[in-house]
Amino acid sequence: MSTQGYANPNSAGNNYSMNSSQNGGGAAATAAPAAPAAPCQNGPGQTYPAMYPASSYYSSALPAAYPTVAGHNAPPAGKTPVSSTGYSGNYYQNSSGPSPCPAPPRTHQYSTSNAPVQSFQQTAPYAMPAGYYRQTYSHPSQGQPQPQPQQLQPSLVPASSGNNLNAPLYPIVSYPSAPGSSQYGTLRSSQTAAEQLPVSTGMPLTQSSLQQYSQGIGTTPTPAHLGYGAPPLSQTATVNGQSNAVQQHYNQNLHNPMSHHYAAAPPISQSPDKERPPSGTPGTSVHSSPRHHPGGDSSSTTTGSASPVPNSYESVEGGGYSDLAAPPTSVPAKQAPPFGYNYPTMHPAYQQNPAPRPDSSPSHGGYNPPGYQPYSQPFPSLSELSSALGGLGGVSELEAETLRPVNLLQERNILPPKHAPPPEPNLSNDLRKVNCSPDTFRCTLTNIPQTQALLNKARLPLGLLLHPFRDLTQLPVITSNTIVRCRSCRTYINPFVSFLDQRRWKCNLCYRVNDVPDEFMYNPVTRSYGEPHKRPEVQNSTVEFIASSDYMLRPPQPAVYLFVLDVSHNAVESGYLNVFCQSLLDNLEKLPGDTRTRIGFVTFDSTVHFYNLQEGLSQPQMLLVSDIDDVFIPTHDNLLVNLKESKELVKDLLNALPGMFTHTRETQSALGPALQAAYKLMCPTGGRVSVFQTQLPTLGAGLLQSREDPNLRSSTKNVQHLGPATDFYKKLALDCSGQQIGVDLFLLSSQYSDLASLACVSKYSAGSVFYYPSFHHVHNTAQSQKFQKDLQRYLTRKIGFEAVMRIRCTKGLSIHTFHGNFFVRSTDLLSLANVNPDSGFAVQMSIEESLADTSLACFQAALLYTSSKGKRRIRVHTLCLPVVSQLSEVFAGADIQAITCLLANMAIDRSISSSLSDARDALVNAVVDCLTAYRANGSNIQPSGLITPAALRLFPLYVLALLKQKALRTGTSTRLDERVFSMCELKSQPLLQIMRMAHPDLYRIDNMTEQAALHLNDSVIPQPPLLQLTAEKLTREGAFLMDCGSVMFLWVGKCCNETFIRDVLGYPNYASLPSNMTEIPELQTMYSERTRAFISWLLESRTFHPAFHVIKDDTSAKTSFFQHLVEDRTESAFSYYEFLLHIQQQMSK
Amino acid sequence: MAFTFAAFCYMLALLLTAALIFFAIWHIIAFDELKTDYKNPIDQCNTLNPTVDRVKKIKRVRLALKLVLPEYLIHVFFCVMFLCATEWLTLGLNMPLLAYHIWRYMSRPVMSGPGLYDPTTIMNADILAYCQKEGWCKLAFYLLSFFYYLYGMIYVLVSS
Repeated sequence: MSTQGYANPNSAGNNYSMNSSQNGGGAAATAAPAAPAAPCQNGPGQTYPAMYPASSYYSSALPAAYPTVAGHNAPPAGKTPVSSTGYSGNYYQNSSGPSPCPAPPRTHQYSTSNAPVQSFQQTAPYAMPAGYYRQTYSHPSQGQPQPQPQQLQPSLVPASSGNNLNAPLYPIVSYPSAPGSSQYGTLRSSQTAAEQLPVSTGMPLTQSSLQQYSQGIGTTPTPAHLGYGAPPLSQTATVNGQSNAVQQHYNQNLHNPMSHHYAAAPPISQSPDKERPPSGTPGTSVHSSPRHHPGGDSSSTTTGSASPVPNSYESVEGGGYSDLAAPPTSVPAKQAPPFGYNYPTMHPAYQQNPAPRPDSSPSHGGYNPPGYQPYSQPFPSLSELSSALGGLGGVSELEAETLRPVNLLQERNILPPKHAPPPEPNLSNDLRKVNCSPDTFRCTLTNIPQTQALLNKARLPLGLLLHPFRDLTQLPVITSNTIVRCRSCRTYINPFVSFLDQRRWKCNLCYRVNDVPDEFMYNPVTRSYGEPHKRPEVQNSTVEFIASSDYMLRPPQPAVYLFVLDVSHNAVESGYLNVFCQSLLDNLEKLPGDTRTRIGFVTFDSTVHFYNLQEGLSQPQMLLVSDIDDVFIPTHDNLLVNLKESKELVKDLLNALPGMFTHTRETQSALGPALQAAYKLMCPTGGRVSVFQTQLPTLGAGLLQSREDPNLRSSTKNVQHLGPATDFYKKLALDCSGQQIGVDLFLLSSQYSDLASLACVSKYSAGSVFYYPSFHHVHNTAQSQKFQKDLQRYLTRKIGFEAVMRIRCTKGLSIHTFHGNFFVRSTDLLSLANVNPDSGFAVQMSIEESLADTSLACFQAALLYTSSKGKRRIRVHTLCLPVVSQLSEVFAGADIQAITCLLANMAIDRSISSSLSDARDALVNAVVDCLTAYRANGSNIQPSGLITPAALRLFPLYVLALLKQKALRTGTSTRLDERVFSMCELKSQPLLQIMRMAHPDLYRIDNMTEQAALHLNDSVIPQPPLLQLTAEKLTREGAFLMDCGSVMFLWVGKCCNETFIRDVLGYPNYASLPSNMTEIPELQTMYSERTRAFISWLLESRTFHPAFHVIKDDTSAKTSFFQHLVEDRTESAFSYYEFLLHIQQQMSK
Repeated sequence: MAFTFAAFCYMLALLLTAALIFFAIWHIIAFDELKTDYKNPIDQCNTLNPTVDRVKKIKRVRLALKLVLPEYLIHVFFCVMFLCATEWLTLGLNMPLLAYHIWRYMSRPVMSGPGLYDPTTIMNADILAYCQKEGWCKLAFYLLSFFYYLYGMIYVLVSS
């Protein structure tokens, strides 16, 4: 039954037919270049059995599995070029051979037991397709008595109801049902009549071609089987045969359905009658159209002016699966007549599909008014617009908006009042729905240019911004023996692959056709068989697999934590030990891990101290190693102990530690030897080393000299010493990375500590860097609180060990450079000793081959890691974006935030490898080049002023903000360590955090009203508008909140209204406000509650708690607030307007 | 016809250039391997950079592979030879490469040992492409100079 539901979709069929020759050819072509690289593993004969012999399948993955991540490197199996005939041969063989169908009893069981649940059908997500297909095929068999469908109906239900019952298991798999149903309901009525005729005529041909194709099948299916296929065995055969039948139709009228639905090119639209066979085909074409549509939509918008045939071909390729991949929002299956359903699916797509065609082909007659009207209406205005924009072929309304020229010199208020959502890729709704969340995966250009030449013309960087290990609230976790992956490029199956038929899928990255393993046919969500396209892997673009032992080089390591603590005089003085020990004590239970979790401590001053925490000792034993030139581990056991068994000793140690060194006079710091010791200690297991350092290392290996000249802090010339002074830390980090040890560095120092050198130890071992300048537990409470809260998060956050991440992308795209904290092990593979949920990555991409023959580009990031519970897991994110051929479309799809982040990363690389001024020039040039390119493109736009497309209107502002960042600014006094830390942050933070850092959000909060407030649960969260970062927006009467990501300022004006000060800050008037307030008291006033609700709402989206400062207008601290007002002029930097003029001047050169 | 010092220099250079051609080819292959994922960059940089070797047995093999410094030294060596032999034209032809080598070594990344390549940056597409291009250019240069030395040697032998 489920098989049947699937079979007709033969989107598979379409795809297959359209591409069959091409697939074969394509596969051959793709495989050929790689073939010499790897031994041929499977001959064609082996490729096609319905089920992989488990051993051979795995064996390919096994050798390479771990070191090269997830065996991505495994010799691409089945390299043998498979010709199209070979395919079809195998294909038919398959259908006639022993059928891989569900065992009859099982089907039965469901159909009977679940029959009562029929009422669920209406809401059940999958009910619709099933119902739809059923009905479709019931029409061909109209000759059959009506009761029969009724009788058989129950067999369809289980798919949906079963799913419904199981939906909670996979939260994401459920789909919203509200909007679709009503729409479908209305449309259906007008459709039915029109469609009746083609359907009935369609039947004979279907059947005949079916017979033609199913020669190999012993029993020729009867029309009844066609629809319902009671005996499963013959049913499969039918199904396959049928998809062939449909395929046949497509071969005949390839562009037909497309032409009148997408109306991409007039020539086609006139052709249908000629091309269409006299009878039968109309039925098929109509029936197929919804499936084509999503892809067709995207392709027709993107390649609007392309020649007809490729156009329709692409749409089939792109869209063939989408109906399968994402079942439309639920619709009452029972009620919806088959073809009424077709049109509604198209309808939304129509509206956003701009390539309009007033003269519709015959079948359009049935198109109902509601769908038609909005469709024809936007036509004139859109075409005007597009012609005004320099002849863009098909630009959607949305694109037109993002392309609206903006004169920056005239438009003052370009900042949106609210955070603008990231631009949506111009994909069909179905694809958009399953696409990866922009918080996790973002591309700088949501429309991928077709060629490198086009990309160069746009002068925008192409790259990805990734936050792969982000804390997710919903994540489908899949346990399965076979993780389905492409056999040549090792891509994980994802929502953007196309199912050619029930048995084969086509990789969306390399276009290889792969088998669907038998196990994959069973859908654990619906508990039904034969629905590979409804598996959670294919329904969600972010999934997590529990990996089998093929993905391990060694048994998964336990969680191992080692803390390396500075206990020199300087460290004791700052008082961080107290805070640390207390935090760790509080969070000891919450450290991620299982019963195997191990913990250890190393302290160091001029010597290195180890702690024996063996279970059974009455108190911890300190072992002191003073030979720091050749540091050794005093005893190999008991230094890293099982947390559970030695918990009491660990607690004792943590309680005693702060007191142990209070009177130390040791001022030296032997960080290098301590790290070497840590490395030796952790070598056998791997894990996480947390280093707490409070000064410049002065002893042993890795000692550093002070390189900072305080007089040069504010020089406008070049800043020296941004790179490491020694490669000791880098080498150590590489060794650590090799042994799966991640090093996190906490630097709490008041003097220069050469972070540029020290940070290397974290940078290349995939750790994180924390910096608390002038930390002191008493004198700097804000910093101390932040340290405490950061520790809380740091200790309890998720962690992945021995991780690797591979990023794959559609053939033709290649990875240029990675940014972030990791070690690059090969062109697309990052080795991450530890992975944490707070680090982001950036990837620069380049286009090596033209993407002209595809309409969709996909990117897949697969992160293989060991969870703290000792499970090997793979988290896979897949992003799908349209490919465009027009420059204006590239501009329209620019994601300015992502571009800014990528540019920041590139600028930092540049400033280290070349010089800071180079990097700054490069940033300015990026804006100048881009705007010049835009001006050159839109030739008919008035030349005066500084014109940008609306999508890029914030570009100059953001670049100016970057130039005023601590990392990149010149002329303003900046301590070297703070600059370097800012660079580290820009390189390793996720996008949102970087954006907050670069361009903080400013709100006025003394007069917040409930207008437009957000109502979440039972709290009301006011939504004050975002203000531009200029002092012009500040008033003395107000209080302003600035959110810079890791720090928040509340600036209180001199004449701020006293109610606010009293009700929110808890002081009677402005004068009595202390100058170092670091939090907002919890007062029971409405004002206070509202303010706190707003602030906690802001905090929700981030993981680390920002430091909070209340700043009075007349204190010296206000400079730290005012330096973030990036639109204002400073003594050494442009104001925003000046910057615009500067750009304009540069452009006219 | 006499066997002069210049002729000797040319012969020596001829032999050494043959070695350099081998080095260049090896260099190209090494980076190609890196690009096509066959090697871990750490291993690669370890073989490319002459590090102090702990493993005695394979020391010879390793040394043969640590080509950066040997290549530079060989080149400097026969440049000096040509200087002594007062073959100004040949020396002049070699000067650009000599200068390039010096510049390249001066601007190498921060490193405690000798060597040019940093495993953390070598996978960067720009650097990788640069290194590959460098390999090809050097190969071409050495091939041309090989024939030039052959010609030079014969010329010196015949003319004197």
